[in-house]
Amino acid sequence: MLATKRLTKTFGGLAAVSNLDLELQQGELVGLIGPNGAGKTTVFNLLTGVYTPTEGDIILEGKSVVGLKPYQITARGMARTFQNIRLFNSLSVIENVKVACHWHSRYSLAGALLRLKSCVNGERQMQENALELLEMFNLAEKKDEPANSLPYGEQRRLEIVRALAAKPKLLLLDEPAAGMNPLETKDLMELIKKIRRLFGLTILLIEHDMSLVMGICERIYVLDYGKVIAQGTPEEIKNNKRVIEAYLGEEA
Amino acid sequence: METFIAQLLNGLSLGSIYALIALGYTMVYGIIQLINFAHGEVLMIGAFAGFYAITKLKLNFFLALIFAMVVSALLGIIIELAAYRPLRNSPRLAALITAIGVSLFLQNGGLVVFGADYVSFPQAVNKVTYKLLGGSVTVTSHQILILIVTIVMMLVLQYIVLKTKTGKAMRAVSFDKDAALLMGINVDSVISITFAIGSALAAVAGVLLGMYYQTIYPLMGTMPGLKAFVAAVLGGIGIIPGAMAGGFLLGIIETFVSGYWSTTYRDVVVFGLLIVILIVKPAGLLGKDTREKV
Amino acid sequence: MKHKNILIGILLIALYLAVYAAIGTGLIAPYYQVNLYLMGINIIAAVSLNLIVGFTGQLALGHAGFMAVGAYVSAVLTLKLGQPFLPAILAGAVCAFVIGIIIGLPTLRLTGDYLAIATLGFGEIIRGLLVNIDYVGGAAGINGIPKLTNWTWLYLFTLLTVFSIKNFVNSTHGRACIAIRDNELAAETMGINTTYYKVLAFSIGAFFAGIAGALYAHYFFLIQPATFSFMKSFDALVMVVFGGLGSITGSIIAAMAVTFMNAALINFGSLRMIIYALLLVIIMVFRPQGLMGTKEFTLKHLFRVKEGGSS
Repeated sequence: MLATKRLTKTFGGLAAVSNLDLELQQGELVGLIGPNGAGKTTVFNLLTGVYTPTEGDIILEGKSVVGLKPYQITARGMARTFQNIRLFNSLSVIENVKVACHWHSRYSLAGALLRLKSCVNGERQMQENALELLEMFNLAEKKDEPANSLPYGEQRRLEIVRALAAKPKLLLLDEPAAGMNPLETKDLMELIKKIRRLFGLTILLIEHDMSLVMGICERIYVLDYGKVIAQGTPEEIKNNKRVIEAYLGEEA
Repeated sequence: METFIAQLLNGLSLGSIYALIALGYTMVYGIIQLINFAHGEVLMIGAFAGFYAITKLKLNFFLALIFAMVVSALLGIIIELAAYRPLRNSPRLAALITAIGVSLFLQNGGLVVFGADYVSFPQAVNKVTYKLLGGSVTVTSHQILILIVTIVMMLVLQYIVLKTKTGKAMRAVSFDKDAALLMGINVDSVISITFAIGSALAAVAGVLLGMYYQTIYPLMGTMPGLKAFVAAVLGGIGIIPGAMAGGFLLGIIETFVSGYWSTTYRDVVVFGLLIVILIVKPAGLLGKDTREKV
Repeated sequence: MKHKNILIGILLIALYLAVYAAIGTGLIAPYYQVNLYLMGINIIAAVSLNLIVGFTGQLALGHAGFMAVGAYVSAVLTLKLGQPFLPAILAGAVCAFVIGIIIGLPTLRLTGDYLAIATLGFGEIIRGLLVNIDYVGGAAGINGIPKLTNWTWLYLFTLLTVFSIKNFVNSTHGRACIAIRDNELAAETMGINTTYYKVLAFSIGAFFAGIAGALYAHYFFLIQPATFSFMKSFDALVMVVFGGLGSITGSIIAAMAVTFMNAALINFGSLRMIIYALLLVIIMVFRPQGLMGTKEFTLKHLFRVKEGGSS
């Protein structure tokens, strides 16, 4: 499904990510963890085309996506959420979702300017798609509210819904539980399980909350100073000496 | 060769005036991230202050220069207080429009008070022409004076910014306003001082422009203001040495285009250069590129 | 929904006929007609600039450059090449559109003040080039352009502009532009080709600015490079900001108000611009978000009292 080969990104001589080899099988749920500044978000930015790798390759479904623009990578089937929520704040909840429908369901520009039938139909279809997703995730009632008026947890959920509207095969979640209380985190775990069940997606997630990572991930990569220091099942990672060192070293 | 040297000297004089104006833009931008569109008008007021100091108050050139600097510095402080300070936390666009509004106000106020006619600027310093290289190249005492005054002003500015406590505070505020505030720096007064210094430099530029072209008029600040802003961007906006370098460079390029090609294409070349720089190296010749954290 | 559209349609036709009759019967004296035409032209300029600055969030200060392109191209076609008015307007608009793409592609990678300065620079370059083209009269400009802009053309093109841009921003394409304004990175990773949409919004804005320029040229029959200075771009920007960034109706109201204000201040002679500048500063200091914010003025606002009573 997804593989990175010796993926490297340097910023002015400093390697944020070096020689990273990740591999995700179809349908897997994989966690990416590591201390602060380990380069996790940089990996996401490389995968989604926000940064161009200094070296190495990213293979999505057998084809390299290096050098593609983010919107082209989205069209190849990858969608993400952000660590710091990045919703379109002046748009309503449902419009946020519709933006993500743009790449697969847009209609002609002429149709839009003259409000032809193609536009009316296209808009109706987007509305239905978006509403269906919002209903699935209990946001339908708030569909016309401005996105930034939602409570924090719902904004996070809306980001996930928006990503799903882009019809991804691979979903990248960047710290979905950040800022959530244990109860909300528990709901989130159920939500992620539900997404997998309903959409059959492959998921890669960055998370600091160990209960969440250990609770739902099938496999985990541990990153420190831009390098993979361990990988394996949650059970294996829990007992890995280098991982414990990396985390304790950070706390000490 | 002779024309080349003559053009170069011309370019240096014009460029030093641009550099003086560009300094004001760059200092203000560095400290409150505002393109102070009224800067060219502060220059104009400075030029008129110098004019009245020489003709009405019968001051000599240097006293007139200082008088003009004081008038413009006060004007700069007032503009910041009345128009920009209330908008410090407003959308950037509102501040931009206000800046242009202030510029319009001063331009048209100038038209009403000083009249729309060109005023001939008094020759407070005797114009002596020196011949160089066996008489084929001439230098006027005005050109020399412009260069000397500019260099002195730049040295004074460098001293203030790098060696004094005020300068340190200015650099701190432009680096991080909130942190500076926490460190006990009076941000408001630092901003006022920045406006005062920038405006005083504009006044110098205004008086020198009056000497250079021998006329002044209420709309005299607009084009040099815009050009000097281009110079500030060329050198890297917010960077003081960048404004100096950009000013000189722009002055030289302008005189060379006028001298060797055509005066009507001069502005096209200047703005074309601006766009090339913005696209190739948006942070300017001396600037460092920064990136947004994702 | 249907009823509302019919109501708006009737109101628009009634407005057209009412003004038409008022001009025909001399109710609107020729002196005031100038302001009527300026109002229409300003509405087109402001609404089209709002698409760029307000909806897409790209601060452009070179709108007058595109008006100049529309004005010059259409004037050359009607005056020098004897072409009819409508193709001339459209040719001017298409040229502005193409130049919008040419300018937009390199500059729209810039953001904020840098973009503002680059577009300002391009506006000045267009002006500088016009000064150097003898065929269009250099600095003296083109004189004696046939006065073809009448109320019908003006009204038609104003409506065309307003409705095209309204439809655009209410479509998936317009939503893409707003998404870019709100959060460019998120827009791009949600599948929006940000370069395409920034350039598209910019050149659609340029297209309609070209129309405004063409209408201007064929009403005032004299155009010069100086006509389309930075100040004209600034005037349009003022209307957009006064009306509210991202509010079409706001732009329309502001364009009308600014035109009206300018007309009212004409009696003050040389004090006019001073008062105008002071008003600018005062309005910005006290209402920096503009008249409408990002909201639209709808019929509901008009009937608010009535609705409140019945519910």
